[in-house]
Amino acid sequence: MKYIKTISGSNLKDTLKKGGCGECQTSCQSACKTSCTVGNQKCENR
Amino acid sequence: MDIKERIHKYSLNGKNIVLDINSGAVHVVEDIVYDILDYYKTYTLDEIIKLLEDKYDDKDIMEAYEEISLLENEGILYSEGVSIQDIRYNEDNVIKALCLHVAHDCNLRCNYCFASQGDFKGDRSLMSLEVGKKALEFLVKHSGGRRNLEVDFFGGEPLMNFEIIKKLVMYGKDLEKNYNKHFRFTITTNGVLLDEDNMKFINEYMDNVVLSLDGRKRINDNMRRTITDEGSYDIILPKFQKMVAKRGDKDYYVRGTFTSYNLDFSNDVLHFYDKGFKKISIEPVVTSPDKDYGIKEEHIDTILKEYEKFSKDYINIKKKDDDFLFFHFMIDLDQGPCIVKRIVGCGAGSEYMAVTPEGELYPCHQFVGDKKFKIGNVYEGITNNEIVKEFKNASVYNKEKCRSCWARFYCSGGCHANAYNHHGNIMKPYDIGCEMEKKRIECAISILANLYE
Repeated sequence: MKYIKTISGSNLKDTLKKGGCGECQTSCQSACKTSCTVGNQKCENR
Repeated sequence: MDIKERIHKYSLNGKNIVLDINSGAVHVVEDIVYDILDYYKTYTLDEIIKLLEDKYDDKDIMEAYEEISLLENEGILYSEGVSIQDIRYNEDNVIKALCLHVAHDCNLRCNYCFASQGDFKGDRSLMSLEVGKKALEFLVKHSGGRRNLEVDFFGGEPLMNFEIIKKLVMYGKDLEKNYNKHFRFTITTNGVLLDEDNMKFINEYMDNVVLSLDGRKRINDNMRRTITDEGSYDIILPKFQKMVAKRGDKDYYVRGTFTSYNLDFSNDVLHFYDKGFKKISIEPVVTSPDKDYGIKEEHIDTILKEYEKFSKDYINIKKKDDDFLFFHFMIDLDQGPCIVKRIVGCGAGSEYMAVTPEGELYPCHQFVGDKKFKIGNVYEGITNNEIVKEFKNASVYNKEKCRSCWARFYCSGGCHANAYNHHGNIMKPYDIGCEMEKKRIECAISILANLYE
């Protein structure tokens, strides 16, 4: 494309199929302990 | 939902960025696309050509329009939300993480401590081995099919009860074998008691260690005071440097708190970096709005500008040193959490709970000591299911403010404790926190866009 560069074309909706297994880290345990920061957690089921 | 609310666009750090909210796709676009998006879906192509005729050639507008349509057809621009309001979350009430308050006592007297200088408004106390073991057994028993279990040794200051921590880690190892589980142990410490022996143990057994320090000496010492009311920086810094040097590849975070007294907190991050730390988190203080050091409405502009300013520095450092990490600028657009996790948020009160030295259970460490949030104890299990239900229900679909927010799948509803502290209601997000989180997400994505090439 000439005008648009897609830096992430992944579709969150696809994660509905096998999402919610719960094996990932609890976000508050990672560093914050005060501010919910979920979007930077890793998925452990890929 | 208005079609316009399906995307979020902004310009930062030399990039025009467009987020497709429901799919999570991210696009970096030229000015022409950025401008067309103001009218796309509301006006026809001919009308848009007319509206932008002073700025762009017809042919270019048509080409850019075509590209937008293409992405829309691919489902990664203006994509519809999926029906996930009825999503089933943790129906079996599985618990997978505990914050163990092994010491309600502290050897520092930090002015802003949400734990009332370590005692959480109760008596100073240490967790017994018996309560600790019961907590681990409680976790295993309620963990269902989950294999990875997390235990954070927290306080007060957990190193004040280090002998018990060692025994609990070993007990956890036994439980792992017997029940086919995997414990991830972590510890959050102020560092006062760090020595050769406990550093060795921590580095061997803890998956992550959170090291509390606020940054520049002046800033740190203003808040983080010793029992004899002196600054703690000179005692702690060398210990943390030693700890991190010994840690090798294992995770750690040097974690500070910023208050109204250091709204220029990026200087504290950079100070840590100068001192040799690479994994850093500096977070806004959690407190009630009446405190002098609290973050107030009038500070927001300064804080948002500070995040933007720091994002520029961050890009420059990252280009030379990929190991440098600022917790709130980390984002993984492709391997991040599934949509379920993004909807339900931190899991406090449902998958995650805090345990007091006496074995009482609370939704998370932030609620410890507030008796109306007590949900049970490690001996009898959950006795107040209403609280569990309330926390489980606090998803981005059930919080009115989150439902239409572009950042809902990144922030996932924010911190319940912040919401409660400011509105007395976990369903009403902390507004200042929302503004900061949105800016951090914008910065994080603009950083990725800059590093993408």
